[in-house]
Amino acid sequence: MNIKINGETRDLGELDPETPLLWVLRDELNLVGAKYGCGISQCGACTILVDNVAVKSCSYPVASVGEASVTTIEGLADANGELSALQKAWVDLDVAQCGYCQSGQVMAAEALLRSNPNPSDDEIDRAMASNICRCGTYIRIRNAVKTAAGQLATEE
Amino acid sequence: MTSLNYDDIGDIVEIVTSVREESHDVERPLRIIKLDRRQFLKMTGAVGGGLMLSFGASKSMAVTKPGAFQPNGYVKIDDSGIVLYAKNPEIGQGVKTSLPMIVAEELDAAWEDVTVEQSRIDQAAYGMQFAGGSTAIPMNWEALRRAGATARLMLIEAAAKRWNVGSDSLTTERSHVVHTSSGRKASYLELATEAATIPVPSADSVKLKDAKDFQILGKRVTGVDNEALMRGQPLFGIDQTVPGMKYAVYQKCPAIGGKVKSANLDEIKAMPGINDAFVLEGNNNAAELLPGVAIVADNTWAAFQAKRALKIEWEETQASTDSWSHAIEEAERLRHESGPRVVDTGNVDTAFENSVKQASGFYRYAFASHAQLEPQNCTASFTDGKLELWAPTQTPGSAIMSAANVVGIQPTSVTLHQTRCGGGFGRRLYNDFTCEAAAIAKQAGVPVKLQWTREDDMAYDLYRAGGFHQMHGSVDEAGKITGWRDRFITFTNDGNRPVSGGGISRGVFPGGLLENVRVEQSALEWKNRCAAWRAPGSNVFAFVVGSFLHELAHTAGRDHLDVLLEVLGEPRQLGPRGMHTGRAAEVVRVAAKEAGWGRDLGEGRGMGVAFYYSHAGHIAEVAEVSVSEDKKVKVHKVTVAADVGPIVNMSGAENQVQGSVVDGLSTMFNLAVSFENGRVQQRNFDKYSMLRMPSAPEIDVHFVKSDYPPTGLGEPAFPPLAPAVYNAIFEATGHRARTMPISEEGFSLA
Ligand code: FES
Ligand code: FES
Repeated sequence: MNIKINGETRDLGELDPETPLLWVLRDELNLVGAKYGCGISQCGACTILVDNVAVKSCSYPVASVGEASVTTIEGLADANGELSALQKAWVDLDVAQCGYCQSGQVMAAEALLRSNPNPSDDEIDRAMASNICRCGTYIRIRNAVKTAAGQLATEE
Repeated sequence: MTSLNYDDIGDIVEIVTSVREESHDVERPLRIIKLDRRQFLKMTGAVGGGLMLSFGASKSMAVTKPGAFQPNGYVKIDDSGIVLYAKNPEIGQGVKTSLPMIVAEELDAAWEDVTVEQSRIDQAAYGMQFAGGSTAIPMNWEALRRAGATARLMLIEAAAKRWNVGSDSLTTERSHVVHTSSGRKASYLELATEAATIPVPSADSVKLKDAKDFQILGKRVTGVDNEALMRGQPLFGIDQTVPGMKYAVYQKCPAIGGKVKSANLDEIKAMPGINDAFVLEGNNNAAELLPGVAIVADNTWAAFQAKRALKIEWEETQASTDSWSHAIEEAERLRHESGPRVVDTGNVDTAFENSVKQASGFYRYAFASHAQLEPQNCTASFTDGKLELWAPTQTPGSAIMSAANVVGIQPTSVTLHQTRCGGGFGRRLYNDFTCEAAAIAKQAGVPVKLQWTREDDMAYDLYRAGGFHQMHGSVDEAGKITGWRDRFITFTNDGNRPVSGGGISRGVFPGGLLENVRVEQSALEWKNRCAAWRAPGSNVFAFVVGSFLHELAHTAGRDHLDVLLEVLGEPRQLGPRGMHTGRAAEVVRVAAKEAGWGRDLGEGRGMGVAFYYSHAGHIAEVAEVSVSEDKKVKVHKVTVAADVGPIVNMSGAENQVQGSVVDGLSTMFNLAVSFENGRVQQRNFDKYSMLRMPSAPEIDVHFVKSDYPPTGLGEPAFPPLAPAVYNAIFEATGHRARTMPISEEGFSLA
């Protein structure tokens, strides 16, 4: 089985096609940015993009990817390794506490901005409601999304 | 504290729960109420024979390689750069950034020049290494400053030698030693080799900076792992891999205390991707290794599927039959009976007799799970009698001791690598998961990464205990509070003392503030383990006492703010580790002023205030809410005023406060685990619903400047949130909610 991921095609060899994409990423491809939190589509720690759509990889069989392109947090920086606007906002606004949820948060935000580059507060809240931050960094996440969308001057 | 073993979990838990100096209170004989007739299974604490061994990891200082300047465990400078070592586990409280900031300040290094690395576990070099009790800053402040200042002094000496000038003619500035009169300047990197030859001065002899000269402390500094997090680098326990590693899961009895009778091991072993499956007997220490079935697989998914296919017959004669509904019935009965007094000052009976008005209320809070977002996991490799662990633990020292005990080797044969922790909240103080990984790796003969499922994580937690308080209070003619009685019904795991975080002591508000206070304490026997959960004790007591104070203010027909300030009284220090009422009153006034206390809010809207002192932090919070007809609560704004002494990292400090407010709201609205027949009823986030972004309120944080020594901030902003919001809901609706989570009274977050 082959999979298109972060701009490359990777050979997965023999694999149970029902394996959730999360575990393929983590155990087979050594892409550990996406995290396991609940395994039942509740927390969003495992969020990645399939084409431009945010997907909970813990509940998404690898076989469902097909010809689509998968993007993980490891694939957001540009070819020179330069972080994306969202990633930079996350770093500069010091969003993370434990940081465990943040890869999923960034990917959810990435999906939002790809479909809606200038979201309202409500739209941000709704799009990000699929992701839990146990440490409670929502206020900074919201600010980081707005900063990346160019709605806020870089603050702090 | 024993000098044999600094990382004794018992010591740490006492520090974390702040009971050490008040243990005469919580250890008093308890009235124990048995909830079932079966013989109580003694769940031993973590302190066992094996733990009393000296923790003999390397006593020597860091190995200094030629040319590297390494005057202590915190600083290493060579021609490649300045490395500062972060000693304690990072669980989201920010210490991997804030502790090295303290060193960098006194070293006078430019923060951009610094690389931070997680230190090894080494008691001789670092003393206790753990995360808990909001203690990292107060316990390390002085030593870290001295470590940085010592290194700086040696760099100055090196430059003095090189330039043949007096060291008092030299200053430092942004990672350089400067000779102002000649204009000469040398970087720390250039001076490292020479500095390594200077004798290390005694740490006590070095001069520390004046706070007004701080360049780094108090500023907004972003987390040292921020970029690595954004690149998805393997920082966490769950991200660790070692060559030849397999993936393991471990199934224990759903009712704690059960043993494996039989299991379909052959069927499991025949499944695709499964390498091995076996029973572990456990070591009769619930804090280390409970009995269960281990499965070793080629990948996590194969392991999870095999776990689901397990058919185990459990032997449950010793297993938990805990029942939350039964506990509620018992408490309902006990609240009408007086219990043993653990606090009894003044004369409460006379106060009640002479009062003009009285109020009473029965408060209840449920058990809660830690739900740190990274489920427990540990990578372990056991070869040639040596054990290596990669562990997201809050107590690495005691993890070493326990794992050594479980696999039967000396602690000196264990190496533990600290990883970043995906949240802690107290759960990772306990090292059952590291013990399991060690035992499985030994038995399987291959390195394994043990992964708990979320369902495991919620079923085998050490919970924040539930509890019940029958409150009674009185006010006099002038509306002053005269009497206060708290009939507290808690839980006990060992049949001897209240569970950790479930014992009231004399210091609990309003102890020391009111003249006539009585606390009675009874305990229900309980087998599911309870332990420290963010701001242990305070996290629930604040809800009860902060709400009941408001009830009494209302009974007296007075403004809550006035009553609160009156109770705090004249500025004074209450005992060596108690609050300072002046600092308390100041944060109350600041929070009230900033929130606009007293302004007209209109129909359906209310404001509530609460103050709580915990973990040496003085924190007041004011919540403004509106409540709809169908009990939907919109929290518009939470205003926080905190006095924790000087702030180390302004960005981190503010993040901790915001997070505590969100966690506080999440917990008070929705978080509860319940038990029936010993089994946890909520096994994943679909039944344990944490607050999400749309419900996150505006949070306005104010730090009150003070010159007291700096104290921690991982916990103290949590406790005042619930009472502030409960009080605001009362102001908005006239309904006094006394149950936590408040969803059990029909309220939900808008
Ligand atoms: S791990 Fe996928 S949503 Fe929680
Ligand atoms: S930062 Fe810890 S879960 Fe979000």
